[in-house]
Amino acid sequence: MPNEVPDEILTILARDARTSFDTIAKMTGKSVQDVEKTVREYEQSGVIKTYYTVIDWEKTGCEKVVAFIDVKVTPARDVGFDAIACRIARFAQVQSVWLVSGGSDLRVVVEAPNLRELATFVAEKLATIDGVTGTTSHFLLKRYKEDGALFFDSEQDQRLVVSP
Amino acid sequence: MSQSLSLKPLSKKALEVPFSGIRRFFDIAASMQDVVSLGVGEPDFVTPWSVREAAIYSLERGQTTYTSNYGLLELRREISRYLSKRYKIEYNPEGEILVTVGVSEGLDLAMRVLLNPGDEVLIPEPCYVSYRPCVSLAGGIPVGVETRSDAKFAVTAEQLKAACTERTKAILLGYPSNPTGAVLSKEQIVEIINFARERGLYVISDEIYDRLTYEGIHTCVASVPGAREITILLNGFSKAHAMTGWRIAYACAPEHILKMMMKIHSYTMLCAPITGQIAAVEALKHAEREVEDMVAHYRQRRRLIVDGLNKLGLTCHMPLGAFYAFPSIESTGLTAEQFAERLLLEERVAVVPGTAFGAGGDGHIRCSYATSVDKIELALARMRKFVDKLHK
Repeated sequence: MPNEVPDEILTILARDARTSFDTIAKMTGKSVQDVEKTVREYEQSGVIKTYYTVIDWEKTGCEKVVAFIDVKVTPARDVGFDAIACRIARFAQVQSVWLVSGGSDLRVVVEAPNLRELATFVAEKLATIDGVTGTTSHFLLKRYKEDGALFFDSEQDQRLVVSP
Repeated sequence: MSQSLSLKPLSKKALEVPFSGIRRFFDIAASMQDVVSLGVGEPDFVTPWSVREAAIYSLERGQTTYTSNYGLLELRREISRYLSKRYKIEYNPEGEILVTVGVSEGLDLAMRVLLNPGDEVLIPEPCYVSYRPCVSLAGGIPVGVETRSDAKFAVTAEQLKAACTERTKAILLGYPSNPTGAVLSKEQIVEIINFARERGLYVISDEIYDRLTYEGIHTCVASVPGAREITILLNGFSKAHAMTGWRIAYACAPEHILKMMMKIHSYTMLCAPITGQIAAVEALKHAEREVEDMVAHYRQRRRLIVDGLNKLGLTCHMPLGAFYAFPSIESTGLTAEQFAERLLLEERVAVVPGTAFGAGGDGHIRCSYATSVDKIELALARMRKFVDKLHK
């Protein structure tokens, strides 16, 4: 359904997952019961995957090492890239796995508490998987925007308090 | 030098025009901390980045000159294309479109072009705070036509007819309305246009909130049969594109009217600022997605605030356009001024008393929902405390 208008409830939750059923109901003109039912259905059917928080870890003083790793893969018969991608995705250190076009096949985001652990993971786990023919690691140096959230001081409300 | 100076007085016209009723509340609110404001008449969004970026790039290239008095031809062409596509109304970019410094300037020009001393202009009220002063300053006489909440503040041809005299020259429409959120249906517009034609009146239509229409599609006044030749259409980029500070708007009218407006504009303004005009070109070309996204936000907040106000016992119809709710506060027993002042001082929520917007505004307050969901909810919670206290 590529041209369907996105459900208003989903667009509100995508903006702020904490928006209460009550508020969503008022914002959409639906009943609270209907909103809750719809959200539960989305959760059960997997349309809503999870709820999480975008955190600037650097500000907490608890920095993590993140690397974007381009992985070259020999696709396996029958299962293509899926088998290897799912295998990689199951590691706790792996935040995201995408099949991409271009020079490499999979783009993997890996997060670890320090550089040594990250390097160990790539060398010992990722690169040694059957079918993985090469990896290129790009370390994250600075965040500017993540999942729609700006990591630098964005515009403050500078409007006059009362205006015509 | 020791002799005392007795200067002659300033212009009577300037002295007689009152200050806006909004000023007083601005002064109080600006001196307070932690105010949640529902008093703001502009979007809480910042101009879309692609638009700002286009303006920055133009500065880097050194585009800092005057433009044609009419405005950049590229912008006029985009405006013409936009109106044609959206409202099926054709204006020639060469001679029928003038880029102005805000709709405010367009309104001033329209009045100066149309009015002779003593000419009357019918203005449905409550209305935007500038309408009356603009008519007066141009030498005309503003004639308020009170609209009522039970008609959702939409003016009818009958009401206009009743207020029309030999001296009536024009009708000034501002729909979707600041402060009431009212809109006019196509049928209502057709009736007004028919009436205006019968009496040989001009229509000035301020449609700055055209894109902020939440149920059905806005009807451009100039697009109904017979309207184009008697109408001066005013619109701009402030609201839909969140570009209030750029001060870029436009006026469209038949060539013989627009030419007179351009003449005055060429002497008093020369042209609208070029940076803003370049930004406006980008806004029309590439910011449609952002506009629709902002409208979706307003639509959701509108329901939130109207539901909240009604639950407070402040009866409020669902506004069909703009970003204002205009609830009645009569159930509290306070006047609009008292309500707004006490709410601000006691609970730190800024609203604007309806009386600032002319006849029919008493007993109401204007609450802008051009503010975040969190702030609307906080304001409603504070208003709950205030209303409960009143009923004790």
